[in-house]
Amino acid sequence: MAHPRPLLLSGQSAGWRNPDMSLSEKIWQINWVLILLTCAVAGAGFAMLYSAANGNMDPWASRQVTRFGAGLGLMLTIALIDVRFWFRHAYIVYLAALALLIAVELVGSTGMGAQRWIDLKVIQLQPSEVMKVALVLALARYFHGVGLEDTGRIGTLLIPIVLMLVPIVLVLKQPDLGTSIMLTAVGIAVLFCAGVRIWMFATVGAAGLAAVPIAWQFLREYQRQRIWTFLNPESDPLGAGYHILQAKIALGSGGPFGKGFLQGTQSHLDFLPEKQTDFIFTMFAEEFGLIGGLTLLGVYALLLAYGIAIGLRSRNQFGRLLAVGLSCNLFFYVFINIAMVMGLVPVVGVPLPLISYGGTAMLTVMGGLGLVMSVYIQRDVRIPRRGPADEM
Amino acid sequence: MALKQDGQERSKNFTRRALLVGGGQGLLFSALAARMYYLQILEADKYATLAEDNRINLRLIPPPRGRIVDRFGTAMALNQQNYRVVLVREQARDVKRTLDSLALIIDLSERDYKRVLREAGRKRAFVPVTVQDYLTWEQVSRIEVNAPDLPGVSIEAGQTRHYPYQETLTHILGYVSAVSERELTGDPLLELPGFRVGKQGIEKQYDLDLRGAAGNSHLEVNAVGRVIRELSRDEGTPGRDLVLTVDSELQTFVHHRLQNELSASAVVMDVRDGDVLALASTPGFDPNIFNVGMTNETWNGLISNPLAPLTNKAIAGQYAPGSTFKMMVALAALDTGVRSDHRVFCPGFVDLGNTRFHCWKRHGHGWVNMHDAIRQSCDVYFYDVARKAGIDRIAGFAKRFGLGAKTGIDLPGEKAGTIPTRDWKLATTGEPWQVGETLVSAIGQGFVLATPLQLAVMTARIANGGRHVMPRFTRPFAKAGETPEAESLGIPEGHLKIVQTGMDLVVNHPRGTARRARIDIEGQEMAGKTGTSQVRRITMAERAAGVTKNKDLPWRRRDHALFVAYAPIHAPRYCCAVVVEHGGGGSTTAAPIVRDILLETQRRDPAVNPPIRLVAGDRSSES
Repeated sequence: MAHPRPLLLSGQSAGWRNPDMSLSEKIWQINWVLILLTCAVAGAGFAMLYSAANGNMDPWASRQVTRFGAGLGLMLTIALIDVRFWFRHAYIVYLAALALLIAVELVGSTGMGAQRWIDLKVIQLQPSEVMKVALVLALARYFHGVGLEDTGRIGTLLIPIVLMLVPIVLVLKQPDLGTSIMLTAVGIAVLFCAGVRIWMFATVGAAGLAAVPIAWQFLREYQRQRIWTFLNPESDPLGAGYHILQAKIALGSGGPFGKGFLQGTQSHLDFLPEKQTDFIFTMFAEEFGLIGGLTLLGVYALLLAYGIAIGLRSRNQFGRLLAVGLSCNLFFYVFINIAMVMGLVPVVGVPLPLISYGGTAMLTVMGGLGLVMSVYIQRDVRIPRRGPADEM
Repeated sequence: MALKQDGQERSKNFTRRALLVGGGQGLLFSALAARMYYLQILEADKYATLAEDNRINLRLIPPPRGRIVDRFGTAMALNQQNYRVVLVREQARDVKRTLDSLALIIDLSERDYKRVLREAGRKRAFVPVTVQDYLTWEQVSRIEVNAPDLPGVSIEAGQTRHYPYQETLTHILGYVSAVSERELTGDPLLELPGFRVGKQGIEKQYDLDLRGAAGNSHLEVNAVGRVIRELSRDEGTPGRDLVLTVDSELQTFVHHRLQNELSASAVVMDVRDGDVLALASTPGFDPNIFNVGMTNETWNGLISNPLAPLTNKAIAGQYAPGSTFKMMVALAALDTGVRSDHRVFCPGFVDLGNTRFHCWKRHGHGWVNMHDAIRQSCDVYFYDVARKAGIDRIAGFAKRFGLGAKTGIDLPGEKAGTIPTRDWKLATTGEPWQVGETLVSAIGQGFVLATPLQLAVMTARIANGGRHVMPRFTRPFAKAGETPEAESLGIPEGHLKIVQTGMDLVVNHPRGTARRARIDIEGQEMAGKTGTSQVRRITMAERAAGVTKNKDLPWRRRDHALFVAYAPIHAPRYCCAVVVEHGGGGSTTAAPIVRDILLETQRRDPAVNPPIRLVAGDRSSES
């Protein structure tokens, strides 16, 4: 139990790992590169929060470091928990997240015109963030049990669609357009990897486009405004377009090499809106330039590539879908955030994972990475289609 | 094993799709990278500029206005510190209470009180609001002493234009005042609150020189406009100090000498180089009130005053020159061939057609030659020689001596006067010239109009031997040394001599018209010519009954009194022209004034001290 066993020689047959790994075996299997990349991104985040406070640890950087410490603990804990535990409890996690979402509807605090948080004193919990991970868990669990043949049937897709729609509608009601778009995107990514037919996506996509005018009716005034502003930011340089314009100025003025750490004028003179949260990337790009921005993007890309590689390497469908789904989750965070601050997509309020100041997003992203690591650690474990009890 | 096969199929399918997802992510990330490249490389310059625009606020630093000094360096216009009390809302915390405490210390009007509250509420918290301007020293010290009880209250210093000579130099210096809408040129300096520009006189004429160039301060500001720090500062160029040809003490003398009259003007000039030594017009006004701001009553009083205190009568008052014009007629006559010993019999009038033209002396002068005619100012003689010379020849001489056109002095608002010619009358009235009008013009009446400055220039050109001297307030800056002698007008010396002798006789001959105003100090004697110009028409009936004496007429209808003179006779250096509006006779009213002025001028003899030259950078500050 105490000594690590040789990897490939153990188990009943070559390639099929003994499902019961000891703790030390698991620790041995932890993907340290993944942790290193996570720390690198978070480190850049600390630096930016330090800079955002004009060279002070307070009020943001120090608290973010604490959270990251907690997140790291959470990540490792989740990573070391048996992947089959997550498989077994996937729906429970999902239901719990759903319950939180409903709770936030009832008792949540309002921030920026939307109900998003439950105040847990230590942390302001944002259930919609938790739901991103929970949805991937639930969908991975569901498709693990569905054969490729069955994914072609519409009937099979009924349950995952319900799994997706319920939280999406709830989040949209808060209203939080950014998160609901992410939930949709992540759900679709899992469905895609699970093998749902391409034509189905095409059909739904076409239907979705047709539904745009209807959806427009349901958008709140500020959301419509944001979309309008996105489409023509220069129309109102001192009003709604101000944020995007100032963000672009910050980014563009950074040039190839940036203005230097703590030297960003746009951010330090408060021209940048919400520089410590959603617009933190602009500050980074202003101070470190194109070189810095591309480097950060590269580190994220590595992190994503690791996620997908782990998915590809996993021998059980649950692990595969979980890893790729969570990787996609991270991807959408990064992509939507950076695209929105550069004026490529409307400003929808998505933080830059591991960098933006904020607790829940960091914890859920790290929790997600913990799950990916868990998949990696037990990449060779077999999970029967009908659950652990169903030995095939 | 269908399940296993399905499992393998599913695995393959997953691999394919996961790779597709990864590829898609890569593609979208590339789009982000491309966007970054676009913004940070291709558009970098544009955004860098925008970021600088955001960050840097250019604040103009108004340059200190140049001083105006007289020929000896005495300051006539300078800048004074003025103090104002300002309030910064964010430091005051409770604006109302602070204002209440402040009101106990300085007199604060209800209007100011409300205005401050309003402005403090509207402006950003860190922007100072002016509570009161132009504080006295006492107020400043009271505020400073109570500073601990006045949070957010502070004293700021500014500069105000100050004219120590007040009314005395007002018509030369002019004044500065707030920029009007029409004066905006787009120069941001003019839009600075509290900036002043020259509105009249030298202040206006040399406004750009005196103004200097604005400096600027590059300030780093944040998004709400708070100043973070000063990045760089360029002090700009202070306005140039200006040296005038004026002798401020002589000016004071002249100004005071005119005070006995209701409305008068005087010009004292150097006949050789044209330096204007004094130029006064009374009544005047205190130019300082335009700077500080005046009440409506003061302003209305100034503009409705019948004595026109705002007008510089020395350059903008146009008067019939009366007999002072006779020198021009004499020169024209000599040019026509009339000899100085040509004699005319004056019975007191001359008839031309049905019209009778009178001499000022009812019973006539008898036989007079040119010298006698000038000395006694015989009208009939000049009627006679003017007919010989003709109006166009007379006008030609008048213009050569500076009449009928602006002299071009460096002072705004100058009037041109009028010297009639045949063409002029046809063009102006559409009617041909009448011979009678030549007669009227010969005694400086009718259409003929001249400003006191023009009369001074005329006198200078007679005195200096017919040289084209130009009046001026400043000497050309660049050239050192004496100004070259003015060009000759080409008048035969003999002709000028005759006129000069006539003017000598006017003052120094026992029966000269200005005998009583002569200077009998050896070497300082003056030569001159009286003038009395009618402002009304004397009817036949009145003439028959005896012309009403000036002192019996209402002021408005009395004659203007004029006198022009130069001194010393044998080496002319100074000339002076005085016009006393409705002053009565030139010999009784104007001549004594000229005498006193020329006496004082020669006593001070400013021409021996050419205007000082200021060394660049020498600007001893005044307070």
